[in-house]
Amino acid sequence: MAHQSAVAHTGDNYLNHSKGLMSWLTTLDHKRIGVMYLFSVLSFFLVGGVFALLIRLELYKSGVQIVDANAYNRFFTYHGAIMVFLVIIPSIPAALGNFILPIILGAKDVAFPRLNLLSYYIFMIGATFAVAALFLRGADTGWTFYTPYSIRTNTTVILVLTGAFIAGFSSILTGLNFIVTIHKLRAPGLSWSRLPLFCWALYATSIIQVLATPVLAITLLLLIMERLFHIGIFDPKLGGDPILFQHFFWFYSHPAVYIMILPAMGIISEVIPVFCRKPMFGYKAIAYSSFGIALIAFIVWGHHMFVSGQSELANFVFSLLTMFVAVPTGVKVFSWVGTMYKGSIHFYAPMLYVFGFLELFTIGGLTGVFLATLAIDVHLTQTYFVVAHFHYVMVGGTLMALMAGLHYWFPKMTGRMYPERPAQISFWLILIGFNVTFLPQFVLGAQGMPRRYWTYLPEFTFLNRMSTVGSWFIGLGFFYAAYYFYQGMRYGKKAGPNPWNALTLEWQTPSPPPHENFIETPVVTSWPYEYLPENITMQGNS
Amino acid sequence: MFNQALASSVPIQGTVVAARWDSLYDFLMGLSAFFFLLVVGAMLYFAITYRHRPQKKTSYITGSHLLEAVWIAVPTLLLMIIFGWGYSIYHTMTQAPADSYEVRVIGKQWLWTFQYDDGRTTVNEVYVPVNRPVKLVMTSEDVLHGFFIPNFRIKQDVVPGMYSSLWFTATVPGKHQVFCTEYCGTSHSGMLAKVVVLDEAQWKAWTLNRPIGEVPEIGLEGASEAPLGKVAAAQLTLVDQGKAVYEKKGCVACHSVDGTLKVGPSHKGLFGTQVELADGRKVIADENYIRNHIENPQSNTVKGFNPVMPTFKGLISETEMNALIAYIKSLK
Repeated sequence: MAHQSAVAHTGDNYLNHSKGLMSWLTTLDHKRIGVMYLFSVLSFFLVGGVFALLIRLELYKSGVQIVDANAYNRFFTYHGAIMVFLVIIPSIPAALGNFILPIILGAKDVAFPRLNLLSYYIFMIGATFAVAALFLRGADTGWTFYTPYSIRTNTTVILVLTGAFIAGFSSILTGLNFIVTIHKLRAPGLSWSRLPLFCWALYATSIIQVLATPVLAITLLLLIMERLFHIGIFDPKLGGDPILFQHFFWFYSHPAVYIMILPAMGIISEVIPVFCRKPMFGYKAIAYSSFGIALIAFIVWGHHMFVSGQSELANFVFSLLTMFVAVPTGVKVFSWVGTMYKGSIHFYAPMLYVFGFLELFTIGGLTGVFLATLAIDVHLTQTYFVVAHFHYVMVGGTLMALMAGLHYWFPKMTGRMYPERPAQISFWLILIGFNVTFLPQFVLGAQGMPRRYWTYLPEFTFLNRMSTVGSWFIGLGFFYAAYYFYQGMRYGKKAGPNPWNALTLEWQTPSPPPHENFIETPVVTSWPYEYLPENITMQGNS
Repeated sequence: MFNQALASSVPIQGTVVAARWDSLYDFLMGLSAFFFLLVVGAMLYFAITYRHRPQKKTSYITGSHLLEAVWIAVPTLLLMIIFGWGYSIYHTMTQAPADSYEVRVIGKQWLWTFQYDDGRTTVNEVYVPVNRPVKLVMTSEDVLHGFFIPNFRIKQDVVPGMYSSLWFTATVPGKHQVFCTEYCGTSHSGMLAKVVVLDEAQWKAWTLNRPIGEVPEIGLEGASEAPLGKVAAAQLTLVDQGKAVYEKKGCVACHSVDGTLKVGPSHKGLFGTQVELADGRKVIADENYIRNHIENPQSNTVKGFNPVMPTFKGLISETEMNALIAYIKSLK
C-alpha cells in the first residue's frame, strides 16, 4: 500500500504508467485495451457513417445521382456489415465495458487480461479481412448474406464472411472474460444485490455473446464451404435449403440485437440516478428484466421470417413470443422515467442523451410491436418501415446511450472535462437530424417503398429528400463531437476524481485511474444508488 | 409534392383484407401515440418540474410494487389483444378459397413471368378478374425474390426450389403496383410489375384473347424498366402443355394416368390426397410434394414401391414444371 500511495502522489495513471507505442500494443491493462477498442470502433464508425451519407446522397432523387446500382448495393452492404459487426456489437461492451467494468467492480483488471488483449487482436484481424474486401471486388449481399444470392454473386463475400467469423471469437472471449470477472472479482462488500445495473446488463449481454455467437460462426463457415466447394447446404441448385440459412442466421442475429441494446440500457441505468440525484426506481425489476430480455432473445428469431415461407404455426408461435419482448422493455422504460419523479435533475450532456434515448427508443420499441403483429408485418416487412424501426432502436437506442456513456465517463478516461456547450449543440444537431432522417422512412415504408432500392418511384421523392437532408445534420453533429472531444482531451479543464458526485466505485479513484485502478482496494458498504434527499449537488461541467 | 407525400400514410385499399389491415394499423397508431405521449410527456414534465434547484431536496423512493404490477399487466393484456387481432387477419391471408383462380408466377433476375391455365404467359403484368379470389403459386429460377402488392397489403417471398403462394380478392379494377422486396442483385429496384385487375367486361375480353381497352393506374405509377412481354399466343392449354412434358420426359414409362399400376404408382386422382411414404411419413400431394418428388425421388419413395426413379433435377424448366403439375392436378 505504501508503494501504491507513493505512486499516486507522483501522479501515476494508466496513461503515463509506461510509454511508447509498444507499451500500448502489448498492454494487459483493461483500460488501455478499452481505449484501443474505442478508437478502433470510432474509426469504423466513421467509415460506416460515410457510407450512410453516400447512401442518402444517392437517394436524394430517383435515378442515378452519384453511383450506379452495383456500387449502391455495395454501399449498403458495407454500411450494414461495418456498423453491425465492427461498431454496434463491440462498441459498448468491448470499449466502454472493458474500461469501466473492472473499476466499477473495484477490481484491478478483468479476470483474464491476456485473453482480453488476444480478443482485441482477433477483432482487429477480423476487421482487416472485412475491410480488405472493400478494396477488392467488394460485397453486395447486404449484411444478412441471404442465400442463394450470397453463394452466387461474384463479389468477395468470403472475405467479409471470414472477417465476421473471426470477429465473432473476439465477442465470445470478451463475454467469457466478463462473466468470470463479475463472478470472481467483485470488491469486498459488493454483493449481487449491490451490483451496479451496468454490470447486470453486461452480464446478460455476455451470456448471449457466449451462447449465440458460435451459431453464427458455424453458419458463416458453412456458407464459405458452400461457396468454395459447392457443398449443398443452402442453395437449392445444390440440394440445399435457403430458408435454413435464414433460421441459422437469425438464431444468432436476433439475440445479437440484444447484444447491441442491453449494454446501452445499462448505461442509461447508470446515468439517470446520478443526474437525477435519486435512487434507481425498481432496481431489481431493471436487473431481472435484462435477463428476461436475454432469455426471450433466443426464442423469437422466426419473427424475421413471417413472409419467408415458414409454416403458419411457426409464425403464430414466433409472433406470440415476440410480444413478450415488449413487457420487460416497458418495465425498464417506465422505471427510468419513474426515477426522474421528485428528483433534482442536472442537464449535462449525458442526461440530454438519456432524454434523446428515451424519445427515440420509445418510438423504436412501439414500432417493434407493429412488426411483431403478424398481419401488420406482412405489409411492412422488407420496406423502409423496418429500416426506420431498426435505426430508431440501434441508433436512437444504442448510439444515444453510447454517447451518454462517452460524455459521462469522459472525465474518468481522460482526467479532463469535455466542453459542455459544444456537446449540447452537437446533441441537438444529432437528435433533430435523426428524427428528420428516419421519421419519413416510417411513412415511406407504410406507403410501400421497399428497402435496398437503388432508385424509387417518383411518388417517394419528397420524403426521401427530407431524409437525406436530415442525414447531413446527423453527420455534422458527429463530426462536431469528434472535434470537441479532441479539444476536451487536449485542453479540457481538470475533472477531479468525481465531477458528477456519483456513488459507484469508478468515481472513488483518481481520474484518470492509476495503473491498477485503486490506490487501496475499496470496500463497499452500501447500495450504488443510495442518493439521500439532501445529496443534490455535483461539481458538474459549467 | 408535400401534400402528395403526406396525403395518406398507407396505400389505397385494393382488397377486403386491406380494409381490415388498416383498422388494426390505425389502432396500433393510436395506441402508440398514447404510450409515446405518456412516456415522453412524463419525461418532459418531470424534467421541467424537477430540474435542479438549490435547497430543493429529492424524495427517497426506490420503487413501487403496485406500479410495477400495473405496467407489467396492462401492456401484457394489450399485447395479447394485438397478437390475436393480427393473427386473425393473417390467418385469412393464408387461407386461399378452394375455387380460387390460379396463376403461376416465376421470378427471375429481374423480371416476373406469369403462366395461365389457358396456356398464355405474360411478363411483368398479371391479369386477374375483379371480385374473385385469385391464387398466385410462385417460385424462382435463381435467387430469392419477394412479391409485394402494397394496395393489397400482402407480400410473400418467392423461393427457388419450392412453391409459395399468395391470394387476394381484388375489389378495385385497375393496375396495382408490385415490388420485388427480397434483395436480388443489380436491378432489384427495377424488378417491378403490375397486377392488372379487370372488370367483368374486360375480363371476358381477356379470356377470349380480345383487346381489353384502357386500364387506369391505381395509386403508385411505377413503370418497369424491363419491357412488358407481349402476351404469348396460346397453342395449347397449360394442362395440354403438361401432358406433352409428361410424355416427352418419359413419365409414362412407369406411371399411368388411369389407375393401372406400373413400376410406380398411378397419378390418377393423386393431387390433394394423402400419400404414405416408405420412411413412414404421411404427406399431402400438393405442388411442393410433386416437385420435391420429381427432384428428389429417392428420399420420397412411396410405400410399397421400389426406389428406382431417377432424379429429374435440372432437367425440367420452371415453366415445364408448372405445366406438369397442372397436368397431374387435372388427372381426376
